[in-house]
Amino acid sequence: MYISFSNKPAQAEPSSRDGAKRQPGRRTVSSTVVTLGVVSMLTDISSESVAAILPLYVTGFLGMSTIAFGVLDGFYQGVSALVRIAGGYTSDRIGRPKWVAFTGYALAAVARIGLLFATGFAALTAVISADRIGKGIRTAPRDAVITASSRPDNLGTSFGVHRMLDNIGAAVGPLLAFFILLLIPDGYGTVFAASLAFAVIGVTILGLFVPNVRARRREAADARATNAPRPKFDWGVVTSGPMRRVLAAAGILGLLTIGDGFVYLALQARNDFAAQWFPLLYVGTNIVFLALAIPLGRLADRVGRARVFVYGHAGILGAYLAAALPIADAAATVLCLVLLGAFYAATDGVLAALAAQLTTPETHGTGIAAAQTVVALSRFLSAAGFGILWFVVGREASMLIVAGALIVAIPFAALLLRPLLSAPRAEATADSEHTDVEPIDAEPRK
Amino acid sequence: MTARLKWWLISLVSVVALGATVGVGVSAWAQHQQRQSMPSSAQTAAPADATVGAQILFRNTASGEGYGHVASVPVTQPDGARAVLDLVCDRVAATADAISCLRSERGITPSYAARIYDAAGESQRLEWPLPGVPSRTRFSPDGSLVATTSFVTGHAYASIGFSTETVIHRVADGESLGSLEDWSLIVDGEPSAPIDRNYWGVTFIDDTSFYATVGMTTAGQTYLVKGDIATRTMTSVLEGVECPSLSPDGSQIAFKRVTGGSGPTVHWTPAVYDIASGTVTVLDAETRNIDDQIAWLDDATLLYGVANDTPGDSDVWALDAGGLGEPRMLIPHAWSPAVVNER
Repeated sequence: MYISFSNKPAQAEPSSRDGAKRQPGRRTVSSTVVTLGVVSMLTDISSESVAAILPLYVTGFLGMSTIAFGVLDGFYQGVSALVRIAGGYTSDRIGRPKWVAFTGYALAAVARIGLLFATGFAALTAVISADRIGKGIRTAPRDAVITASSRPDNLGTSFGVHRMLDNIGAAVGPLLAFFILLLIPDGYGTVFAASLAFAVIGVTILGLFVPNVRARRREAADARATNAPRPKFDWGVVTSGPMRRVLAAAGILGLLTIGDGFVYLALQARNDFAAQWFPLLYVGTNIVFLALAIPLGRLADRVGRARVFVYGHAGILGAYLAAALPIADAAATVLCLVLLGAFYAATDGVLAALAAQLTTPETHGTGIAAAQTVVALSRFLSAAGFGILWFVVGREASMLIVAGALIVAIPFAALLLRPLLSAPRAEATADSEHTDVEPIDAEPRK
Repeated sequence: MTARLKWWLISLVSVVALGATVGVGVSAWAQHQQRQSMPSSAQTAAPADATVGAQILFRNTASGEGYGHVASVPVTQPDGARAVLDLVCDRVAATADAISCLRSERGITPSYAARIYDAAGESQRLEWPLPGVPSRTRFSPDGSLVATTSFVTGHAYASIGFSTETVIHRVADGESLGSLEDWSLIVDGEPSAPIDRNYWGVTFIDDTSFYATVGMTTAGQTYLVKGDIATRTMTSVLEGVECPSLSPDGSQIAFKRVTGGSGPTVHWTPAVYDIASGTVTVLDAETRNIDDQIAWLDDATLLYGVANDTPGDSDVWALDAGGLGEPRMLIPHAWSPAVVNER
């Protein structure tokens, strides 16, 4: 990676209300983006290390059932989605995205202190709730800061950088936790202490080094955007015009995104390789995701974010087919993970970039949050509906049905987004002068 | 605040946070080493000294040497010295000549496995991976079949919710009869295939049939089902039953029933179903929350594990199956009891 972390504070300091820096090097991203990536990485190490050992801790150590835990998880996901909109909206209204994000990170860090001292199930659920709520609060404002710190033409790359760092944390966290347990078999307390340490370091870096930037519309010349540059927050930017098309396309595609859980289950049910590695399949997906995040983000900047977002769904289409078709076992598993990782790299940060590109500086947080929420809710519905299909027609057949629907839906979504399918430079003239990226970091791994 | 000051601050915070973590880790490691090398807090005996006759096998949770190992005590002297095997398991079942051992494999990456050993726990006969944290295991009375239930734990956890996998294997050759979720299910006379069904807690009648729990996560219903291996079909028998356990004489089924709360506050109470009369007796002499697959000590006494105040430790308690009398602690520092009549 090309960005120098050390030159960041000097650069970020000047109360950059006009955050988007125009740096000469076309291939660089703002140091603020890298800093936020590091913050996300540390926070992900913190949360994923705990998440990875939680099933063992609850059943093996506390001697409790995981049943209740699993049931509650869906509920928290819903809370997170709703809080996310509120977080985005609040940061837009008060104009302090950094501090709204800080609140979210700090909440998660404080929750971990509780984890050190409480061992009951109620305490555990409280900690997990606080973690999810914190994640919901911080995601959209953080993405608004990324947007404000990026140039319109490298928004996808910025998101890619952030996503890559974020996913490094997601991959390192579980390994760190299991390494601690390898050294100290009952060292759950040590894992919680490490989790708290990384959360505190992450939130401190955010507080000290990330400027409270908020993109302001630059010159009037820039503001010739057709989608009405307004000085104030306007829901219309989010709910009409090009954003409405994006939300509709994301929703339609989201309805056919059944979740990697089912893909893993299909693989696991059929071959011993996947069964043996089942608890780790998501780590494979994460690694592919982090490897491809920057290249695909850059590609999105070059050929158009809407295009990469829509056609990125070919990745999950391929994963369905690989899970359903009779291919050699280990090969099918590896292929699936590669395709899933590519799918997330092509859609996760890229959708955030697309939403940022289409909203005004005053509505970035809300617009990004809206896109993420649509994706989260439609995928939730999809998973529920797919469960029915799975048992009615069977594992492979249901995969093939969804794959067939996706083959129809991808061109349809492309048609819907046709006005946006061109390269971003053209879009910029049509819509807004800068791009915003939001990390949908929660989606692929939790 | 100057950039220099900020760097000092973050360096300080990092050093303190990571230093404290290392301190916690070193202290936890030292304590663990100390516990490991300490003699067991329970009275132990060498396996060779184990008396012949009926025994209770269990997972030894007494701190010190042998923690987590399979151990046994004579049925006639459950508080006597425990014979500790050189075999570590999270969940145990046993017959006169085999041990089923489910465990989390330690390693830099988590994995879970079911293993079948000889009665001494010395030579491994079979092994297959499990998709998550071990939950239950049982042998058929003749020892020819073994059932395992594990959670499905991985990333899929969040997106698909609570999930278990229950599989029956033949002990002779390790042949899998497939996940019960692929078998036919008949609820109240109608074929049923709810999306969120899960099976757990098999108890065998003989080598052709068994009982188990089917749960519908969303509706929160659970049923006792009777399974037929030849037709790969399970038929509902009774609602509100989890983790059935057939008595040695085959006349009664002990199970856990939800008697209060839901989600994280769920409260299970042991209960007994009399197959001939169809009556259910909830054993509310036991007021604690019991989350275990009950074992039968004899035709009138139930055994189950209950976590105690020390994390990672539990005790095995006995309760009269007729609901008479209070529960009594039978084996301290033990988990996952399995009664073996002749060894």
